[in-house]
Amino acid sequence: MWKTIVRRVLVMIPQLFVLSLLIFGLAKLMPGDPFTGMITPQTDPNVIEELREKAGLNDPWYVQYYHWIVNAFHGDFGDSYAFKDSVSSLIGERALNTFWLSLFTVLLVYLIAIPLGIYAGRFQNSLFDKGTVLYSFVTYAIPTFVLGLLILFFFGYKLDWFPTSGSVDVKYDAGTWGYFMSKLYHLILPGFTGAILGTTSVIQYLRSEVIDAKTQDYVKTARSKGVPMKKIYSKHIFRNSLLPIAAFLGFTITGLLGGSIFIETIFGYPGMGQLFIESLGQRDYSVITALVMLFGFLSLLGSLLSDIIMSIVDPRIRIE
Amino acid sequence: MKSKNDILNIKNLHTSFRIKDHYYHAVEDISLTLKENEVLAIVGESGCGKSTLATSIVGLHPPGNTKVTGEILYKGKNLVEFKEDELNKIRGNDIGFIFQDPLAALNPLMKIGEQIAETLKYHTKLDENKRKERVLELLDQVGIVNPARVANQFPHQLSGGMRQRVVIAIAIACKPKIMVADEPTTALDVTIQAQILDLLNDLQEETDAGIVLITHDLGVVAEVADRVAVMYAGQIVELATVTELFRNPLHPYTRSLLNSIPQADSNNERLEVIQGMVPTLTKMPRKGCRFAPRVPWIDETKHEENPALHEISKDHFVRCTCWKDFHFEHQEGGLQHELHAN
Repeated sequence: MWKTIVRRVLVMIPQLFVLSLLIFGLAKLMPGDPFTGMITPQTDPNVIEELREKAGLNDPWYVQYYHWIVNAFHGDFGDSYAFKDSVSSLIGERALNTFWLSLFTVLLVYLIAIPLGIYAGRFQNSLFDKGTVLYSFVTYAIPTFVLGLLILFFFGYKLDWFPTSGSVDVKYDAGTWGYFMSKLYHLILPGFTGAILGTTSVIQYLRSEVIDAKTQDYVKTARSKGVPMKKIYSKHIFRNSLLPIAAFLGFTITGLLGGSIFIETIFGYPGMGQLFIESLGQRDYSVITALVMLFGFLSLLGSLLSDIIMSIVDPRIRIE
Repeated sequence: MKSKNDILNIKNLHTSFRIKDHYYHAVEDISLTLKENEVLAIVGESGCGKSTLATSIVGLHPPGNTKVTGEILYKGKNLVEFKEDELNKIRGNDIGFIFQDPLAALNPLMKIGEQIAETLKYHTKLDENKRKERVLELLDQVGIVNPARVANQFPHQLSGGMRQRVVIAIAIACKPKIMVADEPTTALDVTIQAQILDLLNDLQEETDAGIVLITHDLGVVAEVADRVAVMYAGQIVELATVTELFRNPLHPYTRSLLNSIPQADSNNERLEVIQGMVPTLTKMPRKGCRFAPRVPWIDETKHEENPALHEISKDHFVRCTCWKDFHFEHQEGGLQHELHAN
């Protein structure tokens, strides 16, 4: 298995190379550059030109690409023009915020969706099941920004129970109990918004897996052995039904760093999604390219992780 | 034949399934007895209710959509009236089940050893180590060469024959008095089939268990059964000892079944079939002889209005009276007659 993992990692290198070329090319094709925004009728075009020359923007594309990729290897993605900070430290800080928000969301999703999915499948066509299906339809149909805005409006402004933006209250120092609680407090609205939307697919997968598993012969065998129904659910059906969830687990883990553009923007949460949309707006190339590279890398890693996880939980799957 | 004790007594068993708010009988008024050390074969086409009958014995149907009435007497108690937890004490312990497709019948995520040990867990007081020892014994008993290794393997790592041996090991783990084998050889190739049948025979000699063998393979019936019940459309149409049934089949359905076995030594190049098919549950006629639509050349008046099982000779029962006037199509002055004359 280790051999396979190493080989898969090696295959990722050319994939990442192609990805980096594409991203770099697309970024260069975008109209304007970081200095476009500085131009006013009073600006001397020569000054801008000088700045461009200094930033290396007048070099041929392959020279620019070469500089970028070599620096990237050393963990240096350049500086952000908009934030006047190095891209790596900028992303590092945002990634941590997004990580906490995503983790909170994912835990909520599993906590809500696993029992709902299992019970809905077990008691198919019961009132509980019908309610769950209705819930899934509603959450599937509602767009993220609508739900986000509704939640923000009611729980943030109307009821004023939760903060409406930010990731932590400024009055606390890092590392204190109050700081931690304030962080958690800020996670609740964006976390629940993400979780409510995230439960839909998990519930539906689990429900249909359980309904499917119920009719399988191995369940009949277990019943013929005299195993009580409750035990059949907890020992036989539960594990088999979780397989599709496990298949996505790799992506879920790497997705923890991706963040959600909508949710972070609506709740003013300083994470990766928000950073991405802001940098796009400001033509902040160095940040955009670094972020897209990171997202690409995470997807590749996610698929590898998923395969590894599947081979652990399902004995029928061996990665060779 | 030496006299044996009855161990299972089925009386007027009805099993019906719910389809869109209506219950339809899949098994209708079945009465059967199973004796110790006996192999009772139940034969019939797909959809005639034989598997339903088998699973009804210990109530393995989904409870919400199934109704079972009648009596299934085991040790003087009526299993039909048993609650789920009472049945769980019988299942696996007194009555073992062997299913058709051994790959589907085993949990793909569970090691073989664990799956066998599970039966022991619910019916014996053995601790975990003792259970493991017993699992190895059982695997050895069903003819698995390397029990220690196989116990640690998963179902997909075994061959079809080995899987069916494992399923049998699960069924016999608690030395049940009754074994219900639902088409145990259908999913296996012919050489393995013979091995599995031999294994069942050997196990029966050791335990004196009564076996209910569900099959549509008349070859298997001839080989291992003591008595045969032929089922059609949820009813028993003929019941006899195996020698009697093969020597003197009476019911048109039984005769048609036997007639449809391809004969290697026959000059007849036509593959005999029974025209039509078993009616589905919702379309099944509930009156008259149910086989009548498939033998339309037999005059309607020859069928009974409410066909009953008649004891024609000792231990030989046939439903309806149409057998007296039955002949194969074309046979009377027809094509086959001429062929025989030549």
